[in-house]
Amino acid sequence: MRHTIATDTLGPRGPALTAPIDACVHCGFCLPSCPTYVTLGEEMDSPRGRILLMKEVLEGTLELDSALPYLDNCLGCQACETACPSGVHYGELITGFRAHVEPVRRRPAAARLQRRLLLETLPFPRRFALAARLGRPARALAERLPSPLAAMLALIPDRLPPAAPLPARMPAQGPRRARVALLAGCAQQVLDPDINWAALRVLAANGIETVIPPGQACCGALAMHTGASERARPLARANLAAFPTDVDAIITTAAGCGSGMREYGLLLAGEPDAEAGAALAERVCDVATFLDRVGLIAPPPLPEPITVAYHDACHLAHAQRERTAPRRLLGAIDGLTLVEPAEWELCCGSAGTYNVEHPELARRLGARKAANLRATGAELIVTANIGCLTQIGLHLREAGVEMALLHTVQVLDRAYAHALKGAPPR
Amino acid sequence: MEIIAALGELGLGERLLTTPAALAAFSCDGLTAFTARPCAAVLAESTAEVVATVRACHATGTPFVARGSGTSLSGGSLPVAGGVLIALNRLNRVLSIDPESRTAVLEPGVINLDVSRAAAAHGLAYAPDPSSQSVCSIGGNLAFNSGGAHCLRHGMTANHILGMTVVLPDGELTTLGGPSREGLGPDWTGMFCGSEGLFGIAVEVTVSLIPIAEATATFLAAYDSLSAAGDAVSAIVAAGLLPVAMEIMDALAIEAAEASVKPRYPPAAALLIVELEGDRDTVAADTTALEALIAVSGAVSVTHTADPEERALIWKGRKSAFSAVGWLAPDYIVQDGVVPRTQLGRALAEVEALSAAAGIRVANVFHAGDGNLHPLILFDGAEAGALERAEQLAADILSMCVRLGGSITGEHGVGVEKRAHLPLMFSPDDLTLMGEIRRSVDPGELANRGKMLVPMAEGTAA
Ligand SMILES: Cc1cc2nc3c(=O)[nH]c(=O)nc-3n(C[C@H](O)[C@H](O)[C@H](O)COP(=O)(O)OP(=O)(O)OC[C@H]3O[C@@H](n4cnc5c(N)ncnc54)[C@H](O)[C@@H]3O)c2cc1C
Ligand code: SF4
Ligand code: SF4
Repeated sequence: MRHTIATDTLGPRGPALTAPIDACVHCGFCLPSCPTYVTLGEEMDSPRGRILLMKEVLEGTLELDSALPYLDNCLGCQACETACPSGVHYGELITGFRAHVEPVRRRPAAARLQRRLLLETLPFPRRFALAARLGRPARALAERLPSPLAAMLALIPDRLPPAAPLPARMPAQGPRRARVALLAGCAQQVLDPDINWAALRVLAANGIETVIPPGQACCGALAMHTGASERARPLARANLAAFPTDVDAIITTAAGCGSGMREYGLLLAGEPDAEAGAALAERVCDVATFLDRVGLIAPPPLPEPITVAYHDACHLAHAQRERTAPRRLLGAIDGLTLVEPAEWELCCGSAGTYNVEHPELARRLGARKAANLRATGAELIVTANIGCLTQIGLHLREAGVEMALLHTVQVLDRAYAHALKGAPPR
Repeated sequence: MEIIAALGELGLGERLLTTPAALAAFSCDGLTAFTARPCAAVLAESTAEVVATVRACHATGTPFVARGSGTSLSGGSLPVAGGVLIALNRLNRVLSIDPESRTAVLEPGVINLDVSRAAAAHGLAYAPDPSSQSVCSIGGNLAFNSGGAHCLRHGMTANHILGMTVVLPDGELTTLGGPSREGLGPDWTGMFCGSEGLFGIAVEVTVSLIPIAEATATFLAAYDSLSAAGDAVSAIVAAGLLPVAMEIMDALAIEAAEASVKPRYPPAAALLIVELEGDRDTVAADTTALEALIAVSGAVSVTHTADPEERALIWKGRKSAFSAVGWLAPDYIVQDGVVPRTQLGRALAEVEALSAAAGIRVANVFHAGDGNLHPLILFDGAEAGALERAEQLAADILSMCVRLGGSITGEHGVGVEKRAHLPLMFSPDDLTLMGEIRRSVDPGELANRGKMLVPMAEGTAA
């Protein structure tokens, strides 16, 4: 699409902002896979519409305040990128645009407070655990709190699982086939520490040694995707310092973290460590992709057959373009039958802090996803992201459905341990 | 404004859009070279709301434009500046399917592909398949009489529309056609189809469905020249075979598709896609005949498949080609012209010559069986004068189509883009008559003013 934006006035991020606008031909092929267009049915809440709005704001023909509500509605799920035949990097545009306008935008007080609470607790496991414990009694007050705060409280889990601290290193079993470093992550480590433990055990069982570098931080994706680059950069730098370069890959177990780290090059664009950021981004790899790449050692056959529905987490399927590896890994388990839910490309509504900032839309998407998964008749739902696990679990419970939910590595872990049946519903 | 006040009375709530951002989002369709801001957009959720909105427009003399999915490539759903835009995409229910009479009743915003999805349970499908079928709406298809790869055998949209309920430009609700084709009197349905919304807004559409074929085979034949592929098409037809689809893509279009959805086409100067469909025996017999024809047509290589996934990938590559050309150049014009099928080879050679003379790259991807060309004229809008040069080449190609006995549009419509080219095909008398017919239904020229025909307000040409 032609535009009159002066790219060079936009700073180091300029090209990432205008290239997607150049590439978009306004064909609308992205509309049916956009969760907000599908639920709201209005052009402003479609990828094609948002690109037009951002273009006009950057051209100076549209006021930012008028466009913001629709841009804020975007989940950043990147389903539009998968659907786009023209190769539009929408994710780079929306992330860059949010960072670009953050310094000039005004927010109401309650939203400002909510944003600060989120950005100052979620990325820090200890603060998050503490906040969760403190927040639980406050839930009784939820009705009387401003709605953004009430929405946050609704997400606090009833109980936090006890967490054994992760080791500094997990050796490979048998001959070593590879050596990797693991991002422990923040929210996931609090909400479900078993996922990282399962990953360590599965990697070990496949002859892969894992180090968990000390001094690592949250990946920064949450801040980055909500326009808070100035908060994300120190986190990225901590990871640049912490992660060794002599490993075969940097492994992430939460799809959102993986896609976030893969954007370090853009996050640090124009900074002295931009190149180092881009180099680290290149080495980031989802645990499923890596296991598939080195070749999974097939787990023993299951004692009883099981039907599994795999849910594509947006940040793995769309942002990292990985849909085959998890399916191949699960398919390697003898006795496991994979079924596909309808509308795989639609986001479940979790998307980072989305379910806190847009509770109503998130609820509609969550209920829709839960219904699609339930309709598969599977006994177990498997996915690759803690946000999806929490969101889908919540909406299955709301629909009164008892279905087990696990991360891909937890399924493999249990299969190796002959313990796949009877996973508790989340 | 009077119209805003009138719309405000309708109880549309948040579905009456007037903020700058909302209006900006609706300011163009797939042809982004043209933009205009409406004064309001209405997200209609019922026939009654469409009627009430059109009445309000009629009462205040405000022009209105219907919009389905906004994928028009000729500016058909471009708003009229200061007019009202009526968005129909939320009217997207399949109201009923009757497997016995093989018909379906649809709201206008139903997405083309969703009709076949809903009909599949009954072993039926909706035949017209524009490349944009995953997005475009039945209302838009009807207004443009849209075609698609498989219209070679099955016919364009108009062949599949049995009847409809429409809101006339004065807000009156009326029914055209009916559940069967055996109607008496003028073919109003036929007149409404392809009239680009000039006679009002379709709010309910009855379409015919076809049984899903028992067997299908898709052939990919590679050629070292476009004209060789074009000649093969003529030979296939001359031999009496009737494939459901015959499409050609040139090297640039193949390159774009490979950059985008990676259909794994063989490298070639021209690729011919042929699809056969029918009962098992017919497809087997036709396969033998087609193989023999392709063998003597100078093809460099040929493969065929009946595998649903492989076929889906072949078609995905073809159907994404327009958008995929975005990989090759910052801007392009999708041209849509028709030549008699027998002139295909000559027309392609002329497109090549015109492209070379202008020094502008042209990618070709088209419905070869119908002689419907889609030259994609590549340019860089940032270069001074590039758009004008590309537009000139597009116009030259259209003139060539008319000279060879064809037409200036096969399926994308006239819209605003080709209004100026209509005199290439129609005499001033023809155009005056068209204007008079239009004004007999819509004296104020409120429905889609400025599309297809030059309105009285702008000039006296028609
Ligand atoms: C990538 C791409 C590929 C395409 N491929 C093809 C192809 O293969 N074949 C083809 O024929 N076209 C093709 N098109 C063009 C376009 O998709 C078709 O013209 C389609 O029918 C438009 O449908 P829509 O719902 O997007 O209509 P819109 O763009 O919203 O509207 C099109 C016209 O119809 C009118 N209209 C819409 N709804 C109604 C209604 N209910 N009643 C009366 N008038 C109405 C509008 O006012 C406008 O004039 C393609 C477009 C793109 C972007
Ligand atoms: S599919 Fe791609 S090119 Fe088409 S409108 Fe969406 S983002 Fe733009
Ligand atoms: S990122 Fe997701 S929500 Fe945002 S425009 Fe793309 S598809 Fe829609």
